[in-house]
Amino acid sequence: MSRPILEVSGLSMRFGGLLAVNGVSLVANEKQVVSMIGPNGAGKTTVFNCLTGFYQPTSGNIRLDGEQIEGLPGHKIARKGVVRTFQNVRLFKDMTAVENLLVAQHRHLNTNFLAGLLKTPAFRKSEREAMEYAGHWLEQVNLTEFANRPAGTLAYGQQRRLEIARCMMTRPRILMLDEPAAGLNPRETDDLKALIRLLRDQHNVTVLLIEHDMKLVMSISDHIFVINQGCPLANGTPEQIRDNPDVIKAYLGEA
Amino acid sequence: MSSAITKNLKIAFFSALLVLAVAYPVLGLKLTIVGIKLEVQGASSAALWAIAAGAIAMFFWQLFRSQLGTAWSHAPKLPRMPSQASDFLTQPSTQRWFILALVLVALSWPFFGSRGAVDIATLILIYVMLGLGLNIVIGLAGLLDLGYVGFYAVGAYSYALLSYYYGLGFWVCLPIAGLMAAFFGFILGFPVLRLRGDYLAIVTLGFGEIIRILLRNMTWLTGGPNGISNIDKPTLFGLSFERRAAEGMQTFHEFFGTAYQSINKVIFLYLIALLLVLITLFVINRLLRMPLGRAWEALREDEIACRALGMNPTVIKLSAFTLGATFAGFAGSFFAARQGLVTPESFTFIESATILAIVVLGGLGSQLGVILAAVVMILLPELMREFSEYRMLMFGALMVLMMIWRPQGLMPMQRPHLELKP
Amino acid sequence: MPDLYHYLQQLVNGLTVGSTYALIAIGYTMVYGIIGMINFAHGEVYMIGSYITFIVIAGLAMFGINSLPILMIAAFAGSIIVCSAYGYSIERVAYRPLRGGNRLIPLISAIGMSIFLQNLVLLSQDSKDKAIPNPLPGNFVFGESTMNGVVISYIQVLIFVVTFLVMVGLTLFISRSRLGRACRASAEDLKMANLLGINTNNIIALTFVIGAALAAVAAVLLGMQYGVINPHLGFLAGIKAFTAAVLGGIGSIPGAVLGGLVLGVAEAFGADIFGDQYKDVVAFSLLVLVLLFRPTGILGRPEVEKV
Repeated sequence: MSRPILEVSGLSMRFGGLLAVNGVSLVANEKQVVSMIGPNGAGKTTVFNCLTGFYQPTSGNIRLDGEQIEGLPGHKIARKGVVRTFQNVRLFKDMTAVENLLVAQHRHLNTNFLAGLLKTPAFRKSEREAMEYAGHWLEQVNLTEFANRPAGTLAYGQQRRLEIARCMMTRPRILMLDEPAAGLNPRETDDLKALIRLLRDQHNVTVLLIEHDMKLVMSISDHIFVINQGCPLANGTPEQIRDNPDVIKAYLGEA
Repeated sequence: MSSAITKNLKIAFFSALLVLAVAYPVLGLKLTIVGIKLEVQGASSAALWAIAAGAIAMFFWQLFRSQLGTAWSHAPKLPRMPSQASDFLTQPSTQRWFILALVLVALSWPFFGSRGAVDIATLILIYVMLGLGLNIVIGLAGLLDLGYVGFYAVGAYSYALLSYYYGLGFWVCLPIAGLMAAFFGFILGFPVLRLRGDYLAIVTLGFGEIIRILLRNMTWLTGGPNGISNIDKPTLFGLSFERRAAEGMQTFHEFFGTAYQSINKVIFLYLIALLLVLITLFVINRLLRMPLGRAWEALREDEIACRALGMNPTVIKLSAFTLGATFAGFAGSFFAARQGLVTPESFTFIESATILAIVVLGGLGSQLGVILAAVVMILLPELMREFSEYRMLMFGALMVLMMIWRPQGLMPMQRPHLELKP
Repeated sequence: MPDLYHYLQQLVNGLTVGSTYALIAIGYTMVYGIIGMINFAHGEVYMIGSYITFIVIAGLAMFGINSLPILMIAAFAGSIIVCSAYGYSIERVAYRPLRGGNRLIPLISAIGMSIFLQNLVLLSQDSKDKAIPNPLPGNFVFGESTMNGVVISYIQVLIFVVTFLVMVGLTLFISRSRLGRACRASAEDLKMANLLGINTNNIIALTFVIGAALAAVAAVLLGMQYGVINPHLGFLAGIKAFTAAVLGGIGSIPGAVLGGLVLGVAEAFGADIFGDQYKDVVAFSLLVLVLLFRPTGILGRPEVEKV
């Protein structure tokens, strides 16, 4: 049984008069795939935004490996190893695929001004390693042939894969995927499933998922949290959630 | 069918009337001071005919717009360059030889050119440097800075004041001017860079104007509207290029035993400018291949994605802003050295707009484009002296037209081709 | 008592100039509210309005027409017509083709248009200051004398009255008329308004025209008050009006009015304290301070970025 790496309790987010998130709690353990599901507008992306520092939550407690991170700005939380993808893919469209991956390694590169100016051996080593790592991941997501193409020219499914690869450049502990299967055909969804499994098993990444594709969610999640209208509705294993009457009612309405 | 024609006719009439309403009052009538009174005079008949012709042309264009559009698309296009040739041209090794050749030409031609030509070339180099600096801020980092001229002024006045009050020479003041400009860039940038695009533009414009007004009014320090004059020219290891040296100094021609030639001074200034530009180009090119340069471009593309990857946008923006300011500072101190005189009126918003035009026309982010645009923008008005008063008018029109027809600029930035290890 | 009169005088002067800033500021704020861009060329439209005013007044004077009501009506009419033509043309030529996409590109086009217009007038009308005599001389004096009291000139009264009437008219139009409702809908959600059948292109064009017309009114009023124009006054007027719009809350028409008045008064007192040559610094500094500390303005609401 692995230990919890992300503990969220009582998370609330209020926008003026609207309480978008109301007392949401969730726990993710190391090397788990945890899914957050719920009808549209339930506040799932808002929860993501709070967890990753893009919104400052109105109240609540977020602990990353024991450390309080609520209220920290986005880039600081990302540096602690929590990265995410976006509903509308946010790649650097005019930059090539490889450049996207290089940018993401910013924190791990030799950023010394003089070293770069004079092309010192240390700088060149750092750049070479970064290129190798980028090349390795391009291979993992089957995008090697697109390395020097502008990211905006890639097909939708390829862009999604690139975005995930870009996240992995930061050597994260937690990877949050916001509707990664949206717009993917069944074969691409299978590839995604394999990728997520790979990330969890081989790279020790905890994956937190917002998804609507129930087949994917049920087949890959270790634990599922259901949210409805900003409030927590249920949580449990896929089998428990599948048979939970409240969940069925929330999605399909009264019988 | 007839309703379409009447609709087109109505639009055509309306457009023609619009042209008249816009053109006649401003271009067809002129407010003239006659004695002590103000009178309205009609413009020359040529102007009036031009206005009428414009209205008529608009009328027919609107009437036959769709037909003209299809005719245009059927017109033969310019032949494209064969792919082998364009591949050859974009090879890094070819480009390296090309650049080497260019640098050699740039170094040697002034010894064969006329004084006036070298002088203009030096002016162009100043604007190239300013354009490259602003290119970092706008083209690479995507920050719309409309007050860039303020840093140019800081650099110029830094050298002028240090030279005036402390007698320091050009080479000592050059780095100090850059540092002062960088300092101002940091101070100004810090509170301002979190603002959204349009707001950032206006605030920086405000800052630029505030700097100019302060320079104009703080006469006790800056000499007010008259500025500071008699600024020392740069020397070559202490050798002056004047006809007669100041106390205790030797002149270049005395030292080398040659006759005095006024063109030597001009060539020397040109070479300094060339050196500064080459250094700027080198630094920027290195930066583009360093994490910092990539961070700038990433920030321009999508700030939110940058934050999600752990990059601190404020630090990145600040670095671009400050570095851009530094280059403006260098350019400013050279400008002061070349002119020998600085006044606040050299640093108006029009200068910022000119540099902005150079960057935009050249292609945001592209250095070669900036160089080309600077050459075009400065050289053409010089060549067409009769049209020099139309320079700003054409700038404005050109900016609008370029944005509509070719927003990526004359030479759009090319992405570097990075080799993946096998 | 003299001190009180002095401050009241500054207040009156400030409110007068401020209300003209408000008229120009409304143009900025309406355009920004609908398409989210700063119409950099707006200040030049105001400047052109000033020139039309002078052309009309000087031209009619040449024909011996000196009656004030006729001069004023002609000036308003001519200025409004020409400025509206410019407002419409600018939108069609420089902004409409660039809508949607990169924010930088329309802004650069706007700057280019501003430079173009300024130089157009500079070249066709030359750069010298042009002056006309005050068509409406005379003042109201409150207090003991012109030195020891508050002086309100007839023109200042005219400015107040006209500005007030225009504001009332505009408010009625926006809140009661069908077109006004379409304007409000477009400002709220342009795409949705389009989907509901509102011809948003026309609404946007209308917004530019209204803004230009208001700038024309301001041009006539200020032209009569100051009596001197040159091609460079568009730039400064534009910056100040934009400051007013931002100060009050960009996108909000009442905000533009409030911002204009506040700016006018701040400028008057600032010039009083620091000296006339620093008057413009007051405006720029206010702009910078507002954008730094309260970018949404006095009446604006903080925006939440949707991720």
